[in-house]
Order: sequence, then C-alpha cells, then structure tokens
Amino acid sequence: MTVSNFPTGGSPKEGLSNEPRRPGAIKRFGQSFAMFRNGKSLVGLIIVAIFMLTAVFAPWIAPYGPLEKDFDSLKQPPSAEHWLGTTHLGEDVFSQIVYGTRGVLVVGLIAGILATLVAVIVGVAAGYVRGWRSESLSALTNVFLVIPGLPLIIIVASQYDNPSIVLISAVIAITGWAWGARVLRAQTMSLRNRDFVQAARANGEKLYRIIAVEMLPNLTAIIASSFVGTVTAAVLGLTTLAFIGVIPITNLNWGTILFWAQQNGAFPDFWWWYFPAGLCIAIFGMALSLINFGIDEYVNPRLRSAGERARAMRKKGMSLTSGVTAVRDGSDSEPDGEAVTPTRKP
Amino acid sequence: MRFILRRVAFYAFTAWAAITINFFLPRFMKGDPITAYLQKNPSVSPEAIESLETLFGLDNGKSVWEQYIDYWGLLFSGDLGRSFSKGLAPVTEVIASALPWTLGLVGLTTILSFLLGTLTGAVIGWRRGSRADYVIPFATFFSTVPYFWMALIIIAVFSTRLGWFPASHAYDKGSVPNWSWEFIGEVIMHGTLPAVTIIVSSLGGWILGMRNMMITVLDEDYVTVAEAKGLAPRWVLRKYASRNAVLPQLSSFALALGFIVGGTLVTELVFSYPGVGKMLLDATNAKDWPLMQGVFLVITMAVLLANIIADIAHAMLDPRTRMMES
Repeated sequence: MTVSNFPTGGSPKEGLSNEPRRPGAIKRFGQSFAMFRNGKSLVGLIIVAIFMLTAVFAPWIAPYGPLEKDFDSLKQPPSAEHWLGTTHLGEDVFSQIVYGTRGVLVVGLIAGILATLVAVIVGVAAGYVRGWRSESLSALTNVFLVIPGLPLIIIVASQYDNPSIVLISAVIAITGWAWGARVLRAQTMSLRNRDFVQAARANGEKLYRIIAVEMLPNLTAIIASSFVGTVTAAVLGLTTLAFIGVIPITNLNWGTILFWAQQNGAFPDFWWWYFPAGLCIAIFGMALSLINFGIDEYVNPRLRSAGERARAMRKKGMSLTSGVTAVRDGSDSEPDGEAVTPTRKP
Repeated sequence: MRFILRRVAFYAFTAWAAITINFFLPRFMKGDPITAYLQKNPSVSPEAIESLETLFGLDNGKSVWEQYIDYWGLLFSGDLGRSFSKGLAPVTEVIASALPWTLGLVGLTTILSFLLGTLTGAVIGWRRGSRADYVIPFATFFSTVPYFWMALIIIAVFSTRLGWFPASHAYDKGSVPNWSWEFIGEVIMHGTLPAVTIIVSSLGGWILGMRNMMITVLDEDYVTVAEAKGLAPRWVLRKYASRNAVLPQLSSFALALGFIVGGTLVTELVFSYPGVGKMLLDATNAKDWPLMQGVFLVITMAVLLANIIADIAHAMLDPRTRMMES
C-alpha cells in the first residue's frame, strides 16, 4: 500500500507517441485506485455511478416533473404510464425518486467533503504532534464521537425556518467528522515512526512536505473509507430529517417522499408510494458499504483471503477448526495494515 | 489507577462539553421565542420566568460568565425550566415520565442486538469460508436500512396485514400503567414491533464488525499455538479468539451508541412510543425550547453513562487496560 513519491496524475490521453515510459505512468496512476479494484468495491462503485447518472440526467430520465400534478390519476398503482404509481395529488412517484436523487447526492457530497476535510486536518495533526496538543485534539474528537449527532442536528435545524442545503450539510458534517479523525490519528501515529518519515525529517524536509508528500499518500485508503462512511451517515441523517419534517419540503429527496407518504395516509395500502424510496436509501447505503468493505480488504488483506484460504484448505481435506495446524508458506498475509483498525483506546 | 483517573477526566470533560454546548445553543438562536411566549402567557410564576431567563440567556444585565455560573447552579438544583407544550410542568418531571419507556425499549434491544450480533459474528468468523458466509450480504443490506423505513415496513406487514401486534403506543388506550400481569402483557405486545425494528436494523453492523475482528484475530500466533497444543476447538473459539476479538467490538459499541440513539429516536416516533425520542420530536414541532434542551441533555448523559459501563466491561475483559494506559 505504500505509494511512491512520484506524481501520480499521468493522464492516459497525453502523448500519443509510443514513449517507453508511458505504461509505467499509467500503471502508477492505476495503482492509486488499487483499493477499488476488487469485486465488492466495483459493485458498489457501479451502483453509486448509476445513482449519480440518474441525478445528473434527471430531466431526461424522469417521464414527468417531480411536482407535476395529474388529477385524473390519484393514488394509482404502478402502470405503464406511471411506473411506480402516483401520489394523492397525482404526482408520478418514479419521477419524484429520480429528482430526489439530486437532493440526496448533493447533501451527501457536501457533508462528506466537509467532514473529511475536518477529519484529515484534526486527525493528521493529532497523530503528528505529541504531548498535550495531541491529547487535547484526541479529547475533542472523542467528545464529538460521544455526543449523539441526530438530536443535535434536529435541534439546530429546527431553529431555522428555512435551513439551506449548505447549512444542513454543514451541521451533518460537524457531527460526523469524529470517527474519521480517530482512525486517521491512529494510523498517522504509526506512520510517524516509520523509517521513511524519520529519514525525511532527518533530511530537514519541511513539515507540510512531510505531511503532504510522505504521509498523505499512505493515508489515502483510510481517507477514502472515512469519506464514504460520512457520506453514508449524511444520507441516512438527511433522509431521517426530511422524514421527521425538520427540513423544508422544498428540498426534494427520498426522505421527503416518505414524509409526504406518511402525512397523507399512504401506509400501508399504497406500497408503491413508500416502498421504493426507502429501498433506494438502503441500496445506496449498501453500495457505499460495499465500497468500504473493498477498501477494508485492501488495507487488511486477512479479510480478503480468509474465505478463499478456508475453502482451499477444505478442498485439501483439512478442517480449519479441527485443531490441527496446517503448514503454510505465509506468503498470503502481509504484516501491513494492522494499525488501521482502531483496536486500542487512545 | 492512572487508567481510571484518565477515564474519569475524559468523562468529566465530555460531560462539561455537552453541558456547555447546551448552554450556548439557545444563545445562538435567531429570534426570541421565550419572551414572545411569556408575553402571551402572563400567568407564569416569577420563579419559572427567572429560571427560563437563565436557561436561555435573556437576563441581559449579566455577563455571559455570570449567566454560565447561574446555569450550572440551576442544573445542580435539578431545574431545567418549564415545558411550554406540557402546561408549564417542570421539564425534569416531563422527561422523567418518558425516560423509563426509552430505557426499557432502547436499552434492552440495543444490548440484545449487540449480544446476538457479536455471537453470530463470532461463529461466522470461526466458520469462515463455509456456508455461513452467505449471511454477510444480508447483514450488509440490513445494516444500511434506515430505522424509520424498517419500522414502516414492519408495521405494514405484521400489524396491518397480519394483525399480530398493535402498531402504536406502549399500551392499550384506556389502560393505566400499573404492575399487573395484564398490563405487562400489553406492554410486551406493544413493544414487540419496535423492539424487532431496532434489533433487525442494528444487528447487521455488529455481525460484520465481530466477523472482521474474528478473522483478524484467528490469524494471530497465539490462536495457532492454542490449536497446536491440541485444545478443543470450542475452547479456542471462546477463550482465545472471541475474547480478544470482542474488545474492539466493545469499544465500537460505546462509540456507536450516539449514532444508534438517533435511529431509535425516530423508531419511537413511527410507533408513537411514549419515550424520550418522540418527546424530542414533539417538542421540536411545538417549538418547546426548554423541553428540547432538557431532552438533549438527558440523552447525552445517558450515552455517556453507557460509555462508562462499556469501559468497565472492557477493563474487566482485558487486564492490559488495567495495568497500563495505551
């Protein structure tokens, strides 16, 4: 997982002439995405990509406007005309879900980026400095971990009559950065004592260079995983808030659809009104979890190989739980990456 | 000893931070709902007005520091102001009426779900590569399903379609809470669906966490040594692998509580369960600031308390935390 210090941004398009160095650059570029190159991550990424395309091309995909009313067909079950039926005002549920994807993705993205930024700054700083400064940053992180986020968000959001998307995202981010910061601190602390960082320090490199060039490339997997985690939490938080009715219904998202359905007596008969929206939340959340599992397996190779090794041993007639220790060559497990799981309390 | 002192310092600090956040929240509020309310309702007693002014920073004559000191004084005397939406009843009494329901429902189900998930995760991790692995995709799916949607589906299936359990409230209409068997039976009937909702929605996360820790621990040398010594597999599973894998699981239990509480609060809303969560949301809709503040404080303190308990369990299971601080 140690990424080299070379610039990794070589675009495959530049330089069509067959230079000998080009494959190397592409390979290195590809290596920085190695954490996504496994089945679980790929499936997750594809699902997320489908949702993103849906959000971008919503006006072309949705057959109707999200609030377009058709008073001739109220509370209709799914049909060829309305794929997922209609609401009590004759609005097309499928179109609402398609447009609602935008609200979910925008808030998820803004909150995820903000929270990850805070997590990286606090986490890396807390891991790099020593003494009371590290301790106090760590205490701050733990306070934010313990304080229940959703009640706080509800109270803050309810103090505004019409909270903007950015405000909601910011509040979700403030309550959601702590987990990433904690994991990043643990990993930075273990990196700080590695030889290559010591060497850089001995060479008199500047602090920002040590952090940006030596450390951050080794933290990309954890940063990515913390980003994906906060987006998941943000999407769940947003839809929950919308369902409760704390944020304005003008911000259309999947939670708003459920809010309307609940308010207008859709339960339990008009299943097409509430079932798909919730399913979308669950599928999107699952896709993000899959990406994170892929990253976990990349960081902790034991997770990846456990099932395969066990199956291979069983094929050879050995039982894992029999108490007989099989002789292994040990090449399939790397010692790297244990520090990632925050097993110890700071 | 040093370990205990550090933990005590941490909890004291977190409690202080939560209370201070609670102090500053209304001071950042736009507008002044308290004064408006008091002008509409002149019948409020002078003492109640005074405590409300302290809680919401309306006594403009004093500096912020003096207000802060007064605020702590109020907290220590157990005065959290008066609830607007509950006929000016003291907030502490209003919350005390709802707290047992939440503790019973959320507390029990969370612990049950944690135990069940940890046990299942340990077995799946132990039998890695076998058919037990098929549980993983389901656990993944259910760990991301929002609580409130799961609650709605469960109501639709088990209450409306099948009619097995009542869909809302904690006991039948017209019943008065008492300790008779009949009433306890009602409470169990009404509590089943919310309990199932919380368990199903949170179980997946515990299974996955424990499974991953088991797989990491099973590769450790001490497990290999234990197997090589010829110990019974069950013994290795229980005393060597699970015991070590459960430690990070306990830490994440403590830290995930804040998140779980959020989900369970909304579950209470869907089931109209008379707990603290529904109270918070009702207070939000009614713009009942004193009650909102009080509920937030109580929830935070409850999560903190659960953290302390998880910490004690951790120290009991892991002698290393008692010997030194890591």
